[in-house]
Amino acid sequence: MHMADALLSPAVGATLWAASAGTLAWCSKHLRGDARDHLVPLMAVLGAFVFAGQMINFTIPGTGSSGHIGGGLLLAILLGGPAAFVVIASVLTVQALFFADGGLLALGANIFNLGVFPCLIAYPLIYRPLVRAAGASPSRNRLALITVLTTVIGLQLGALGVVIETQLSGISSLPLSTFLLLMQPIHLAIGLVEGLATAAIIAFVYGARPDLVAVDDTTTAGATASFPTRIVALFVALALATGGLFSWFASSHPDGLEWSIEQVTGKPEVEGEESAVHQWLARLQERIAPMPNYAFPASAEAAGEEEPAWPAVDAGTSTAGVLGGLGTLVLVMAIGFLLRPRRARTSG
Amino acid sequence: MGSIEGLLREVRSLDATADQASWLSRIDPRATILATMAFILTVVSFDRHAVAALLPLAFFPVVLARLGDIGLARIGRKVLLALPFALMVGLFNPLFDTTPHLELLGQPISGGWLSLTSILIRTVLTVAATLILVACLGMHRLCAALDRLGVPRVLTTQLLFMHRYIVVLGGELGRMNLARELRSQGTSTLPLAVYGSMLGHLLLRTLERAQRIHQAMLSRGYDGQMPQVGLPLSWHWRDTAFLAACLVVLAWLRATDPTALLGRWLMGIAT
Repeated sequence: MHMADALLSPAVGATLWAASAGTLAWCSKHLRGDARDHLVPLMAVLGAFVFAGQMINFTIPGTGSSGHIGGGLLLAILLGGPAAFVVIASVLTVQALFFADGGLLALGANIFNLGVFPCLIAYPLIYRPLVRAAGASPSRNRLALITVLTTVIGLQLGALGVVIETQLSGISSLPLSTFLLLMQPIHLAIGLVEGLATAAIIAFVYGARPDLVAVDDTTTAGATASFPTRIVALFVALALATGGLFSWFASSHPDGLEWSIEQVTGKPEVEGEESAVHQWLARLQERIAPMPNYAFPASAEAAGEEEPAWPAVDAGTSTAGVLGGLGTLVLVMAIGFLLRPRRARTSG
Repeated sequence: MGSIEGLLREVRSLDATADQASWLSRIDPRATILATMAFILTVVSFDRHAVAALLPLAFFPVVLARLGDIGLARIGRKVLLALPFALMVGLFNPLFDTTPHLELLGQPISGGWLSLTSILIRTVLTVAATLILVACLGMHRLCAALDRLGVPRVLTTQLLFMHRYIVVLGGELGRMNLARELRSQGTSTLPLAVYGSMLGHLLLRTLERAQRIHQAMLSRGYDGQMPQVGLPLSWHWRDTAFLAACLVVLAWLRATDPTALLGRWLMGIAT
């Protein structure tokens, strides 16, 4: 579920950083105005709780596998949306920094996918209204059903976010439909498991301390008052920003273009060699080929024999690339080795 | 992501590395963070088929690890753990992107294989750089720097606080789970009902703990505002020099293609 740096383009990574930073700024402003100053230690220990809780797996009956909580919805129920978002952001940051889950550039995307969707969309728009509608003291089963449903929807949105971000980045060549068909069902299953885990914990807490789980307006004061308009405005702005970026991206970046052409023609590759689009793409491809400019003279005329449409294919450049790559690796290792003894002595 | 014991060991060992004195620990943490961000942006800005051009960037994490006295073997082990996800997504590239891009020993190499290799190299580089950054700085210096770089105080406070309580709550949950395992005749299965009550109990205890912490904070003069996060920082000329040097080298690696230059030079020697 975590996006990785390697699959993101700088434009998409930066957009989502901006989106997450904006949401974080909004949440932190919201929390500053919050009179509940016990929130600081509460958020910290609950963050640590989610972190530790993700390490314990329950057994899924009938299968050999196991599952754990996601944490977003649980935090939102206990803390309210904005505070839960900050906690999830901190959990994801520590995971990115200490455990290489995701990465620094992908952190914006991960906070968005796993923070905004469960805490700021699924919780206020699905969980709260449904629990309110269930009356003052909903039955355990009903509460569990609502919890599972909210988790599933939040995670489906998050998985959709991953697919869209990966596609816009254009690093992976997976077609949109295939990726969607892979991601959404997998995350339906994961969502059910996470929902069950969350529901089990909520059911226990509901039995022992129903006040903690209740949807009253004191624990999440103000979270709903100005919420829908703000979040709608945020998303409109975000959609515009993403759309603007993407159109720029598509016109200047051949991979993004190639991707959109795939969507239009419905084919992974444009086949007709005579078509203008193909020739144009081939020219673009030639321009962005990994090592276009340094064929060694002897093989220059040999180039283009195998594939007339792809003149960038050239044995000479490839050999140069491989040799250079090996040479670089040797140099990197040598530097690592040379730096070691001196460092060891100064530290020891 | 492993067991609770592994989690605690990892947090402790990273804290221990961050405490040791090295050349890099004298550099302002803000400079190290900015240099690492610049590095990651440089890596991801390459074309998706770039393979050879990415390799010289490996200088950055290697040199940084050495300057910060971080064992490369330890970083390498953790990088390996991050590879399967990248492999999973990248694995489809050779199936969908079959246009030949290179020719190697008479074999055409398709764009898909190139981009798969590129994804793996990107993963190794970015993950290694991030891990080295944290191992060098540690949570306190990192949060102090983030705070001064303009990250909202609520998040930096949260990070510092949470980092402290991960060890406390992780230890507690680990002991609870050990006790459960010892009482369940060695079966490792954890039914959902038991799971719910176990984590539910811990959650209630956690909430009570938060109340006690809050009271302790109040009795020490907490008034709803956190004092300055972390340590005082001062920016010296050598921090500027370090950051400038990193940026110049990264820009040079991005603009020229040292791999190609080296390759042509080696071929020139060979012929």
